[in-house]
Amino acid sequence: MTANHSTVPVLPDGLVIVVKRECETCRMVVPVIAQLRESGTVVNLYVQDDPAFPDGMDVVHDADLSVSWHHDIETVPTVMRVSNGVEVERTVGWVRDEWERVTAVSGLGPDLPAFRPGCGSLSVDPDLVDRLRVRFGGSVLSARRVDVADLEDEFEAMFDRGWTDGLPVVPPTEQRVMRMLQGTTRAPSDVVAVVPPDLVEVTVEKIAINAVMAGCKPEYLPWVIAGVEAVCNDTFNIHGVLATTMPVGPVIVCNGPGTRAIGMNSGMNVFGQGNRANLTIGRAIQLVIRNVGGGRPGEVDRATHGNPGKISFCFAEDEIGSPWTSLATSRGVAPDTDALTVFPGEGPRCVVDQLARDPESLTNTFAACLRTLHNPKSVLAFDVIVVMGPEHARVYADAGWDRERVLEELHARLQIPGDELVRGAHGIAEGVPERLRGVTLPKFRPGGILLVHAGGGAGLFSAIIGGWANGEVGSQPVTMTVTR
Amino acid sequence: MSFVNTNNTVLLDPTNERRVATMERVGRPESLRGLTVGLLDISKARGDVFIDRLEERLSEMGADVRRYKKPTFTKPAPVDLRHEIATHCQVVIEALAD
Repeated sequence: MTANHSTVPVLPDGLVIVVKRECETCRMVVPVIAQLRESGTVVNLYVQDDPAFPDGMDVVHDADLSVSWHHDIETVPTVMRVSNGVEVERTVGWVRDEWERVTAVSGLGPDLPAFRPGCGSLSVDPDLVDRLRVRFGGSVLSARRVDVADLEDEFEAMFDRGWTDGLPVVPPTEQRVMRMLQGTTRAPSDVVAVVPPDLVEVTVEKIAINAVMAGCKPEYLPWVIAGVEAVCNDTFNIHGVLATTMPVGPVIVCNGPGTRAIGMNSGMNVFGQGNRANLTIGRAIQLVIRNVGGGRPGEVDRATHGNPGKISFCFAEDEIGSPWTSLATSRGVAPDTDALTVFPGEGPRCVVDQLARDPESLTNTFAACLRTLHNPKSVLAFDVIVVMGPEHARVYADAGWDRERVLEELHARLQIPGDELVRGAHGIAEGVPERLRGVTLPKFRPGGILLVHAGGGAGLFSAIIGGWANGEVGSQPVTMTVTR
Repeated sequence: MSFVNTNNTVLLDPTNERRVATMERVGRPESLRGLTVGLLDISKARGDVFIDRLEERLSEMGADVRRYKKPTFTKPAPVDLRHEIATHCQVVIEALAD
């Protein structure tokens, strides 16, 4: 390889035409190029594939596609007029009028049709583009290169280095990372956040590397970046969420049209297996915490049990089928805006009610189930996400209950007499201090129930995701918009 | 295409690439008598019960005990608090409850 692949080659003055033999239109315009040269016009002819094409003509072989790459040649033939090293005009394919305008020569190709589309440039060939991106743009990557020996299995090598969450990861090669970075407009060197517990600045590049390993597509990257930013701050307090002995991890609820554009699941089996976007976005965020932040189980992560969602727990809200405004909108984001909300959550549990056809009865079921969260005698300490299944939501929609009404009725049913909550009551040592006997206490603080609409169309079920120490002493849910 | 091909796979390091500085631990004192011992309460429920008892025992042994408390157990101790403890104490006991 030659020294500096990122240097943009300067174009010579006059006409610059880029062709390849493989392209039928390029072969068709060979007489026109000859005609231009005969007219005394300076024609600098670059050929991408075969330096012997066109037969007998002086050409420059753009062997490494450096000229094509740096001058954004997407179609061949491309004709450019260059003055003082600067491109002033360009046309692509064969359009006689356009060629005559750019070359300032008339009567070109009299025997040819007036128009014929060109072909794809080799520099944008899907089989080559990843390699070219590394070759000409790879210098933007600053991560340490790790050589894996010929006889070493790269998957095992990544396990050995402690880079994985216990499942295999995709090897983060330069080509894959450069492709991943196409998913964002942000510079690879941009610092996104300071990641606990080691409090290390994380760049877009490091996030992209971990996103590759998690199995993300480039279009998922903005969601991963937003997720990392959303958890790495004093409000969400990922340090505490990681370090706690409780079984919680970041639960990521995604909203907006972008969730549908990248194919996220908000329906059947919404928390389960089978959807690449759901699984890999959440996994990538966790890999960043592990690899960049240094947060590993048994070290700063002290969870007694943990939960399988600590590998990945990420899903989209079903907004299309929802009778309500979305979670993100309820938290101040404009409708139809891509956003995600992070919540320190345990695994989901099921709420079954197959008989309720009126909202009061169904709300009673929800309240009774929510009452038991973490401990039936625990109050105010934890928030919760209620993931309402579509068949349950329909009961509320038919009765005309909006989001606010549902939450209001739930909170009203979760006001608990202190007599039932004090230590020792019901034969349970756990509870609130004796002085709170006679005081009515709410199970959840105001705003402590987050309502989300998701799940398959069949099944009179919903889900509850219990939270962790809430408020300023613990973790607050954080909502963040997602931008490319 | 004139690409150099090798069979080696080159991966990009996903970690923070930091080399952690190691610091020598201060030597264990022969006796606590006359030393300032910091007791850091991390603000977990009933941690104070344990620390109260420690304070009693350490005071009996002739140590000058100072109490400190983190604002919340869920977050690292603020840097100012760590500095204050390091400035005033020769020995620190950080108690975890659960």
